[in-house]
Parts: sequence; structure tokens; C-alpha cells
Amino acid sequence: MTVIDVTTSTTERTLTLTAQFGAPPERVWQVWSDPRQLELWWGPPTWPATFVDHDFVVDGRAGYYMTGPEGEKAHGWWRFVSIDEPSSLVFDDGFSDDDGRPDESMPTMRARVELEATDGGTRMTVTTTYASIEEMEKVVAMGMVEGMTGAAGQIDVVLAGGRPERPDC
Amino acid sequence: MVVDQLERDQADLVFAALSDGTRRDIVTRVLRHEESVTSLASHYAMSFAAVQKHVAVLERATLVTKQRRGREQLVSGHVETVRAAQALLDQLEQIWRGRLGRISDLLDEAEPRPNRGEPT
Repeated sequence: MTVIDVTTSTTERTLTLTAQFGAPPERVWQVWSDPRQLELWWGPPTWPATFVDHDFVVDGRAGYYMTGPEGEKAHGWWRFVSIDEPSSLVFDDGFSDDDGRPDESMPTMRARVELEATDGGTRMTVTTTYASIEEMEKVVAMGMVEGMTGAAGQIDVVLAGGRPERPDC
Repeated sequence: MVVDQLERDQADLVFAALSDGTRRDIVTRVLRHEESVTSLASHYAMSFAAVQKHVAVLERATLVTKQRRGREQLVSGHVETVRAAQALLDQLEQIWRGRLGRISDLLDEAEPRPNRGEPT
């Protein structure tokens, strides 16, 4: 498994995952910068993503939709906040209506991607932060995708929310 | 699956209840062993009434249950609900684990595959 570390914090409304890839940062960067590669992995196999826009500049927007098993479409948007090839990328991710227009009443998430060259590859850290607990609940309650495992995890992880081990995340 | 059984409103209550440090601490304590409200109050620099309010919030979220025994109100943890909250967080994690796994697959390929994302 490529994921080497996961931290969740309910108080900081943050999920942080660190993964190790066997390719240099310049290559890993392309899975974000090239919409054709992006759509190969953003949506799960049963909800593949199609990016209709991908204006990869600061303040530029991306628009996408994910197509469900019944042909239903879930639309979303990104806004690129900062781009520092090939080491960091920050963008906001939100929901759009059926016509692909950003829906401001829906939850927005900020994603920070950091790529670091390591011996033989890249360490990528993705930190996603929700604007509020309420927004986080909404996203989860909407059941963004199906096929999730309902594994009951460690109680301590939830309860550790107030004492994140890595306050810098 | 636990999440399916958890009503949306219920999920809201659980997350709101766990958003407070004192309440998380109370849940941690009473999951280990039941404790009276009076005893809980002695751990915090706040009034008995304030602690009682925190317990009431946890009770509404069904994270704890309260029983009267004699003159004492005993609080105990409700493990299933806490697990359900964790399952909700796990969902988010699973979304990203899936994505990272697919990125890994993509990087392992010499040539990008044809676009699976196009509607058929």
C-alpha cells in the first residue's frame, strides 16, 4: 500500500494522508496538472470523473462531473489558490449544480498537496480542510460515493481530535 | 454498515458533540468506566451545572447514557455510537485512499490509459 500515514482531526476538520510513490515529483505533478490524467483517478471506478475545464493558473477554475452507475451526474468545481510546480498545489473544491455552476450554499473544502523528492520517488502529503464542522458533516452525510467500507475504527482516533499529534498539519 | 443505520440528524449531533474538548474528554473517561456527574465535575475547572450540560449534549447524541442510582447520576459510554462517528471519518479517508491507490496505478503505467471518465 502506498499510503504511509493518515491523521484525522474532528476539531481541526482536517484529514491528512501521506503516500509514497515510485516516480519523481515532476511525474507525480502531472497527475494534478493534466486533466486527462486527473480524470483517471479523481473519481472512484463506479463514479469516474470528467474534467470539462482545467484552467491551471492561480485563481483559475476547473469544472468536473462524476458519472454514477445509473448515469447520474455529480458536478464539482475547483479554484486554484496557489501553484508551485512541482512541489505544492492548493485548491478549493466545491459542488456545482446540474448545469455545472458553482453552488455557493454547498460545503467547500481546501486541499493542500505537497510533493517532496525522496530516495527513489516522491512523498505526497494531501491535507484536506473543511471550513466548519457543519460542512464536514454535510459532505459525509451526502455520501459522496458508494462502496465505502464501514470498518469501525479506533475510538481513540476520534477522541484524539483535540490533541492532534502534528499541530503543524 | 453502521453509517447506514445512523440518521443524518444523528450524525450532526454526534459531530457537534465531539467538537468540544471537554465532551471528548468525558466520553473517553466514561468509555473506560462509568462515572457519576459529581465525580466528572471534579475533573474540570467549571461548575457542576456546566458539566451537567455537557453530559446532556452527549446524551442527546447517544454517545453516553445516564442512569440514576440512589442519589447519584451515573454516566456511561455508548461504544456503538462512537464507532459510527469514526465510520463517518473513515469514509473520507477511504475516498482518499482510493484516489492515492489509483494515482499509484497510473504512475506505474508507461502510458496513460484511455479516458475512463468519458460517459458512454
